[in-house]
Formats: sequence, structure tokens, C-alpha cells
Amino acid sequence: MGIELLIFKSILVLVVFTITLTIAAYSTYGERKIAAFLQDRIGPNRAGPFGIFQPVADGGKMFLKEEIIPADASAFLFVLGPSLAMLTALMTGVVIPWGDTLTLNGVEYSLQITDLNIGVLYIFGVVSFGVYGIMIGGWSSNNKFSLLGAIRASAQMISYELAMGLSIVALIMTTGTLSIKEIVDQQATWHWNILYQPLGFLIFMICAFAECNRAPFDLAECETELVGGYHTEYSSMKLGFYLFAEYINMFISSALMASLYFGGYNFPFMNSLGLDQNMVTILGTVVFFGKVFFFIFFFMWIRWTIPRFRYDQLMRLGWQSLIPLAILNILLTGIFTMREELKNWLFN
Amino acid sequence: MQQYTDIEEEKEYNTLNLGPTHPATHGIFQNVLKMDGEIIVSSEPTIGYIHRAFEKIAEHRPYYQITPLTDRMNYCSSPINNMGWHMTMEKLIGAEIPKRAQYMRIIIMELARIADHIVCNSVIGVDTGALTGFTYVWQDREKIYEVYEEICGARLTTNIGRIGGFERDFNKTTWEKINDALNSIEKRWAEFERLLSRNRIFMDRCIGCGPITAEKALGYGFTGPNLRAAGVDYDVRVMSPYSSYEDFDFTIPVGTNGDTYDRFMVRNTEIWESIKIIRQAMNNLPEGNYHADIPEFYLPPKDDVYTKMEALIYHFKIVMGETDVPKGEVYHCVEGGNGELGFYLVSDGGRTPYRLHFRRPCFIYYQAYPEMIKGAMLSDAILTMSSMNVIAGELDA
Amino acid sequence: MVEYIFYALSVICIACALLVVFSKNPIHSVLYLILAFFAIAGHYVLLNAQFLAVVHIIVYAGAIMVLFLFVIMLLNLNAETEPHKNMLTKIMATVSGGLLLVTLVGSFRAAGQVEMVNLDNSNIGTIENLGKVLFNDFLLPFEISSVLFLSAMIGAVILGKKQLS
Repeated sequence: MGIELLIFKSILVLVVFTITLTIAAYSTYGERKIAAFLQDRIGPNRAGPFGIFQPVADGGKMFLKEEIIPADASAFLFVLGPSLAMLTALMTGVVIPWGDTLTLNGVEYSLQITDLNIGVLYIFGVVSFGVYGIMIGGWSSNNKFSLLGAIRASAQMISYELAMGLSIVALIMTTGTLSIKEIVDQQATWHWNILYQPLGFLIFMICAFAECNRAPFDLAECETELVGGYHTEYSSMKLGFYLFAEYINMFISSALMASLYFGGYNFPFMNSLGLDQNMVTILGTVVFFGKVFFFIFFFMWIRWTIPRFRYDQLMRLGWQSLIPLAILNILLTGIFTMREELKNWLFN
Repeated sequence: MQQYTDIEEEKEYNTLNLGPTHPATHGIFQNVLKMDGEIIVSSEPTIGYIHRAFEKIAEHRPYYQITPLTDRMNYCSSPINNMGWHMTMEKLIGAEIPKRAQYMRIIIMELARIADHIVCNSVIGVDTGALTGFTYVWQDREKIYEVYEEICGARLTTNIGRIGGFERDFNKTTWEKINDALNSIEKRWAEFERLLSRNRIFMDRCIGCGPITAEKALGYGFTGPNLRAAGVDYDVRVMSPYSSYEDFDFTIPVGTNGDTYDRFMVRNTEIWESIKIIRQAMNNLPEGNYHADIPEFYLPPKDDVYTKMEALIYHFKIVMGETDVPKGEVYHCVEGGNGELGFYLVSDGGRTPYRLHFRRPCFIYYQAYPEMIKGAMLSDAILTMSSMNVIAGELDA
Repeated sequence: MVEYIFYALSVICIACALLVVFSKNPIHSVLYLILAFFAIAGHYVLLNAQFLAVVHIIVYAGAIMVLFLFVIMLLNLNAETEPHKNMLTKIMATVSGGLLLVTLVGSFRAAGQVEMVNLDNSNIGTIENLGKVLFNDFLLPFEISSVLFLSAMIGAVILGKKQLS
């Protein structure tokens, strides 16, 4: 590993970190604007032109608010909860391929922080650990509403992780690799996985909504039942961390959906435009972010349209609909990939 | 099975204090829930957090000063409360109200009913998690409030009308605003219905949530949309018509299961029926005076007060609350936003009521609440509460 | 470098394992156990078994411990409500714990003679190689263990069902 590569990767890490935080911050603004648009309102418009500095104002407010730790809460765990939520949310961006390779001074640099050969599993590992932030926070607040929220969150996460994993298994059967970079490269130009795995994508998307605790699966923090759910007792930037983590998760899930099923940085006719590699890479990254923003918009669109499930309905959907569907999808994918062998075995 | 029942008895229950300040209890209620996980084993409602002793205050107030008290009961549809009170007084003093004033009253009452149902149904949406419908149809409620504003200058606690009719005729802007409001409601409410009433998640949440049978509902004394959702076609507007409701052609929607979805649908349909009634009233509005000729109770015009002796005397007597009313007992009820709103008035002939009792439908619904949510989940309990449209101001009076 | 990481992970792992036993609050015990699992996952990575490391985290830290935490939160155990054990139980626990220690020490002594696996091939722990080994050399044990899991699942479902007829 040369020193240039190290510097490049460090810069990339910083850039991805900054972009993630910026997008998360502006997702809050986007969410409010989109909600306002859907509800025939104006939305934030006081801080700067079109309210563009609203996230800055919100962040400033979060930092300046009084920090309250409930008297009977265990203080260490109370702080650990939001920290863990933020940590796990930020860790997932490492394996997302933000773009193809850039060639600078004759050296190729990949626009991915690290290409783990188990990238998909890495994301699963981190995501499965993400629920601890909510559970620890909810439990340590020493509040019944928080505890109910934490319990709902953990039950939901475990149930939907299963279906999510099974939907990914079918994808891996078609791609034959766990590296996200390779999965993206296989979808060059228009061979997007959504065309081969429509059912898998649907299951994955529903589970992504559930894993992000977004409506219609926002039972863990639904304000009409549990006040604030697991973050009822939180104030100041600790609350901000929870909210931020949610938006980062949303961003990363969108990036993951775009990479796994919608071709990542690939776009149709990318090789027939006659541009040089660096140009195509930059264009690809722009396209990738376009796809990501579409999914973020989709997340918000759903949130402001659809009511939320009840706890038992949520569990029934997860265990009785999604998991059998995912298994069926694996079966179908298996039959499809082995169709030649099957034909030979059946008719000879 | 014996060994399992033993375990059941040892189960540890969790106590959850839902309210008095909880975002889902629209108003100040307290419910001490005994929970088995997410399932409600039993609940104990506490009322009286905003008890303002209206019935007692009314005993010390001249009659025309009681109208503002009625505003503050069901504040989602205060004009109906105001009108109900005016009509009770008119029944007591035997005043004859001109047809025009009656039709104008119907227009205002039906507008208030629409506003009430808009609040209730959109809040059902909010409690299932769909906030958009709520903020979207809120604009129509705003339009209705603008009509109130044009008529009486107030929006929420309207104090609209007078004993004997209205303080002035509706002006041109008012008619325009009513028309505008109706057109806008027709358009937007259809959208709202498309958004929710066939939504799979919404239906799954609402169907079978907080049901009550017709017998139980009647036993508790349910009235209004909540009773009609259970399948009983009782509506005060039809059963004992007041204010010329008998002149109008409208249907009473009736549900079957008495669950949240039926209550939602009954209210939806009632909005359409109310629009129909208002249109009929506007088209067939009779000519005539906008108030009854009862100088002891209806304030004379200001010009006369300054120029005529009798007018000045009546003005003084009314304002000081020195007009005596006949002795007697009356009960008058109107179809309020969420049920039969009754006024039981006992007069001993003085300047104030001897006793005034409000039959407040919310108070009656809330008694059935613990039974309705028993064995349901926490989310159901919240949905049941909002679909019954229990309003704390009316519950506690 | 690798050695230092190994020692650091081992110290973390053993310290956390001890804290699991000694901490008064069961929630803290669970959290220490999760930390111990992470240290073990680190060991797997040092042995070039990334797949095993990640699966270890997903399954143990991500799923099983979440359920543990879930149950403990629901039970709301704390130092005051902990039931007191009588003397006989304590003695029995000490004896059985001692026996377990003897067994473990014995097995470690026997394991001293096992020859070291050559780790020069850095791809030995990747998912492809692991899959090939599992489905070629160890197919039968692998399938039998899956049957074992299935039976455990069915057992759990039956236990979880409320009405038994």
C-alpha cells in the first residue's frame, strides 16, 4: 500500500463521512419540505432563503439545549445508547462503492473505501448490532414508554433481518459474490439486478424500511402511542444523535438498494458515450447519488402517505408473509440458475 | 390444561399511565392501564382534569351569558352547542323563530358538524400514523372557521347567534365563503377518502378495533355517529326534528359492527350528507327576518337604543340580565358533532337558571371506554379513543 | 503487530468474560458478554476467517444477545429481586463448576499436541473456500446439524404455543 493510496483513502473516508453527515442533515430539511409539499404547506422558510439553513439552526439548537439525564437512569448506558446508534450508522458507509475507479497520475484509485470480500455480510453485521443503540437507550431511560419502544424495536429488527438476509441470499445466488463492488460491476450498463430479482428487491426494500424504523414500521418511536418511543427521555444532542442515525441509516439503505439492485454507479449507454474513464466515473457517481436521492425521496413519500402497522400485524407480515416469500424467491432463483442441469436431469 | 392456568394467575402485569398529558389523548384524560405486554388487561379512566363547573357557573349567570359557556364544551363544533342553548331558551320562553333564521341556523350547524367530523376523522388518520391527511383537510376546517369569523368575528369559541336568531343577517361575503368552503370540502374530502378508506393498512388497523354491539351501545346511552356505527339509526335531527330539519332531504348512514372503521365511515358519509343539507338550505332559503320578535331577550338595534326610550330600557335590562323568564322545566336536544347534546333547564322564574344540566355525549362514551379496550392492544386503545371523538372539554364540562 | 493485537483482544475477552460473572446487574452482564463476543470475532479475523468473524457477530451479538437482552429487559431483574439460593445449591454449583474446570484443563492439556494449521494461504477463511470445504468434505455433518436446528426450531414453536391439547 503506497503512501498516495493511504492519503487518497484517508481523504475518501473524510469525504464520505462529511457527505453522509451533510446528507443526513439535509434529509431532515428535505423531509420537512417534502412533507410540506405533500400536505399542501410551505415548510421551513425562515432560516436563509427557502429555509436552506434550517438544519444548521436545528443542529445549533440541539447543541445548546439542556442535557437531561433522568435521575433513575443509568448514566453511562444512557449516553452509550445514542453513541452506539451513531457509530453503527456511520460504519456501514465503508463498503458502499460510491463510484468506479479514478485514474490520477497513472495510478488507479477506487472510489470505495474498502472492498471487503464479505461486504454484504459486513453490512448485516453492523446493522444487526445497530439495534443495541435503541435497546440500551430505551432500557436505560427507566421509562415504560421507552422500554416498550425498545422492545418493539428489537423484536422488529430481529424479525425483519431474517427476511432481509433471505432476500439477499437469492441475490447472491445470481451474482455469486458477496463483494458489493463486484455485484455492482456485474450490473454494467443496464443489466440491473432489479430485472432478475424483482421479488427479492421488494422484500429487501420492505425490510430496509423496517430496519430503518421508518413509517409504516416506525412503531418503536410512534408519537401517538409511545410519546417518543425509545428516545422519550432524551434531549439535546443525544436526541440529535438518534435522529441523525435514523437519517444516516436511511441514506445508507438507499445507497445499498441502489448498489445491489439498481446498478450502483452504472447507467445505460455508459460505454458508448465516448468519454474517458475518469469522466464516466464522475458521471457514474452523480448517477449513483441520483438513485440514492430517489430512494430517500421514496422513503419520505411512503412515510407521509401510509399509516403504520400495529405490532401484531407487523410481526405477522414479517414472519408469515415476507419470510415464506423470500424462501420461495430462493427456490425460484435456484430453479432458474440450474435450469439447464434440471432439464438434463428430467429429460435424459 | 391445569398447569397452564396456574401460570396464568402468576403473570406479572405492568401498569402504564396513559395520560393525563400524552400526545395521543387529545385533551386531558388519564387512563391507568394494566398491561400484559402490549395487551390491555384492564383500564381505569380518571376524569375531571379540566372540570370547570359549567353547570354551577350557569346557575349564577343571566341566560344570555350562558352561551359562551357552551362554546367551551365541544370546542370542535361550538356553534351547535350555541344553537342548542338558544333553542332551549326559545322553548322555555315560547318564542317563534322565523324560517329564515332556522335555515341559517341549519347552515351553521351543519358546517360545524363538518368541521367536527373533519377533526375526528383526520385525527383517526394521525393516530394510525398518516399525518398527511390531517394537515391536508385542515385547510377546509380553516375555511369553515373563516365563515364563522365572517358571521360573528370569532373562530373557535364562537358564541354565534343570539337567543331568538342571529345578531345580523349573513352578508354577501358570508354566502360566497360558504359556497367556496363547500366546493373545496367536496374536492378535498374525496381525496382524503381515497387516501385512507380503502388503504389496506388503515383497514387492517381499524376494522375490528374497539367494537361495541348495538345492545351495549344503547345500554350505555350512546348516541350520534358512535351509536349509528353500531347499527342503530337514531338521529335527533330525524327523531325529533328541530329548527325545520323536517324540511330537508338527507339520509342517515348506519354501520354494522360498531368498530373504528364503521365510525370512520359513518362520519365520512355524514360529511357528504351535511353538504347536501347546506346546499338545500341555501337554495331554498326563505325571505324574512333573521331574528324573532322578542324584545325582552333580543337586543334592539343600536340606533334605536340611542333614540328610543323602550329600546334603551330593553337594552339595559338585557345587558344587566334583569329580564325574568317564565317558571318551568324544558329539555331540548340537538344532534351535536358527536351525539345527542341535551340541555335540561329548570327555571324558577328568576334571572338565572335554577338548575342547568348538559347532557354531554362524550361523558357517556367515555364510560364505555374501559370495556371497549379490554383485551385490545395499546395501539387499538388509542385508535378507539380518537374514533369515539371524546373531547375533554365536553367530557369534563 | 499481530501478536500485540492478539494479546489485547485476549485481555479484553477474558476481562469481559469475568465481568459477565461478577457484575451485579444482569443487563451489564449481557453487555459485557457482547463485548467478549466482539473480542472473539477479532480473534477469528486474526486467523483469516473473516466469514466466521462476521457470522459470529451477526448470529451471536446481533441476534442471540438481542433476544437475551430482550428477555432480561422484560423480566426487569435487578439486585433486589434476585432470589436467594440456599446453601445446598451453592455447594452444588461450586462442585459442578470445579468439575467443569477440571475437564477444561484436561482437554487443553490434550490439545497441546495438535499440530498447527498452516495459515500461509490467506484465502483459507474466505466464503468460497469455506463453502467448498463444507459442501464437499463435511457434507454429512453439515446437513445433520441443519436437521438438528430444524428439530430445535420445531421444539421452540411447540413450547411457545400457548394452547396444548
